[in-house]
Amino acid sequence: MNDFTIIWKNLFRKKLRTTLMLIAIFVAFFLYGMLASVGQAFDSPGSSDDKNRMVTLNKINFTQFLPISYYDRVARVKGVTQASHSNWFGAFFQDNKNVIVSFAVDPPTYLAIYKEFDMPDAERKAFLGDRTGLAVGRAVADKYGWKVGQTVPISSNIFSQKNGSHSWDFKIDAIFDNSKVKGRDGLMIFHYDYYNETVSFGRDNIGLIVFSTETPAINDAVAKNIDAMFANSPYETSTDTAEAFSKSFIAQLGNIKLIISLVVGAAFVTILLIVGNTMVMAIRERTREIGVFKTLGFSGQRIFTQIVAEALLLSLLGGLLGLSCAVPALLLINKISAGAISGLTVQPIVFVKGLGWMVFLGLVTAALPAWSAMRLNIVTALGRK
Amino acid sequence: MLYQLRNVSKRFTKAKETLTIFDNLNMDIPEGDFVAMMGPSGSGKTTLLNILGGIDKVTSGEVSFAGNRIDGYSEGQLSEWRAANVGFIFQFYNLMPMLSAAQNVELPLMLTNLSGAKRKENVATALNIVNLSDRAKHYPREMSGGQQQRVAIARAMVSDPQLLLCDEPTGDLDRTTADEILTTLQVLNRELGKTIVMVTHDPEAARYAKRTLHLNKGVFEDKMVMA
Ligand SMILES: Nc1ncnc2c1ncn2[C@@H]1O[C@H](COP(=O)(O)OP(=O)(O)O)[C@@H](O)[C@H]1O
Ligand SMILES: [Mg+2]
Repeated sequence: MNDFTIIWKNLFRKKLRTTLMLIAIFVAFFLYGMLASVGQAFDSPGSSDDKNRMVTLNKINFTQFLPISYYDRVARVKGVTQASHSNWFGAFFQDNKNVIVSFAVDPPTYLAIYKEFDMPDAERKAFLGDRTGLAVGRAVADKYGWKVGQTVPISSNIFSQKNGSHSWDFKIDAIFDNSKVKGRDGLMIFHYDYYNETVSFGRDNIGLIVFSTETPAINDAVAKNIDAMFANSPYETSTDTAEAFSKSFIAQLGNIKLIISLVVGAAFVTILLIVGNTMVMAIRERTREIGVFKTLGFSGQRIFTQIVAEALLLSLLGGLLGLSCAVPALLLINKISAGAISGLTVQPIVFVKGLGWMVFLGLVTAALPAWSAMRLNIVTALGRK
Repeated sequence: MLYQLRNVSKRFTKAKETLTIFDNLNMDIPEGDFVAMMGPSGSGKTTLLNILGGIDKVTSGEVSFAGNRIDGYSEGQLSEWRAANVGFIFQFYNLMPMLSAAQNVELPLMLTNLSGAKRKENVATALNIVNLSDRAKHYPREMSGGQQQRVAIARAMVSDPQLLLCDEPTGDLDRTTADEILTTLQVLNRELGKTIVMVTHDPEAARYAKRTLHLNKGVFEDKMVMA
């Protein structure tokens, strides 16, 4: 027998009480793991983007179009090494609940910029050469069980074909992964030409122009030049880094981080009070036993350490279990959303911070009872029946 | 001389009122003694036992154990001194409910440097002496009062202290069980030479001791208090 035996047996002497505390801590850290990871995902939406990747949009907002002619002009701006364009398609598969992030793009230039979309050479070649071809991100392909070679009807909640149909048939030529950020492949792309020739309205319009600069150092100057070029035209532009664009896009979803902090904070304060109060009660019930330990010759410090260790053990058990369960839960969300919220995993930073909070919880809830146990007078303790 | 108490006074001050438990008490206890201490409730028996065991402090006076003044010891020094020299036996056994009999007995050995194997051996010996080897894995709630008190005795003697201090060890037990416990204490005194100070209400219990002291209102009513 060693001190750990005593600590462990003390912790589980009242199984129901300890179980309830463990559940409270579990729930709080499960919530924390989930929400902090979601917050983290929103915090770094541009991390897959290169620093020299930039985006030109209609100045009014990102739902407004630009004429395709702007693409050629941006491509020729000094400092721009590679340009492409894309168009939000508003796609869904069969049921309009099955929303799929998808863009009508110019495939050769688009894939030259988005080098992280990684597909086998043969599939890439097939996709580039097939006007009605579709390149599907792994998450989407997995969700719908799609294979290369299959033809799928994709509908749009914005556009329709000249023949009145809302649905386009695409042949799946390629399935790609994101080689830079694992799992950030919940999207698909197809040929702008196919879309532009068949669409019933909005011909020769594009949603945005994406391009690479020679070096991030000239980003600001290039942006200024481009926006100046189109100033006072019917379609004024706004140019910024792709990373900044993603961030501002997210900002429109509301201050998610603040809400997350409030929810997690409230849960945390609640368990702090519950566990703190329960620890005080639990140790008070043991007053006499603590008196006996001291009578036997156990020092006040040793008893202090035992109680702190007991509280740490409690919060680490509940907390680590909660954080660990957040991992499969996020995987599930990832699967259901087909990667729409990209990069959703419990990141190491969330784990480390969580561990810090567990230690904090253990120390704070143990502090008062451990201190009074250390100071406890033996005669007083033994006198209490 | 194992114990020498000289001019020991103990007072409690509460709300400006001073309650004197003893005033200038003197007492000697030689090694190998078995003293029964009797007296009415509130006469200060427990307080005196606590002073002997170094868990309560005197207000003034000297307490020497084996020639060393322990009344000036710090909390830490007293802790170590108790672990090495004193075994306590209480009226209500005071076993740890979450530990088995063997684990309860092992507790004092956690304060020694003995190896795991040696500890196991000592625990087994102690449980054997109190005739509870077959209950080693049982928890206090699974044992009778008499059995629990025997575990407590095993715990008090497992680290081989010179002194056993017992505060009404049979106060909660029936006659037969009490006699068993008292016989065990007598054996420990006679065969192993343990010095025992036992507080009791029970004149029958006092008969197991070598001598009996009567404490009343903080004063011994006996002549042979000093050796
Ligand atoms: N902490 C204390 N504060 C004030 N009075 C106390 C305290 N502890 C004991 N006493 C008093 O000291 C007297 C002796 O108590 P105690 O030693 O327990 O007597 P006994 O064990 O002989 O019944 C009692 O009158 C008791 O009320
Ligand atoms: Mg008493």
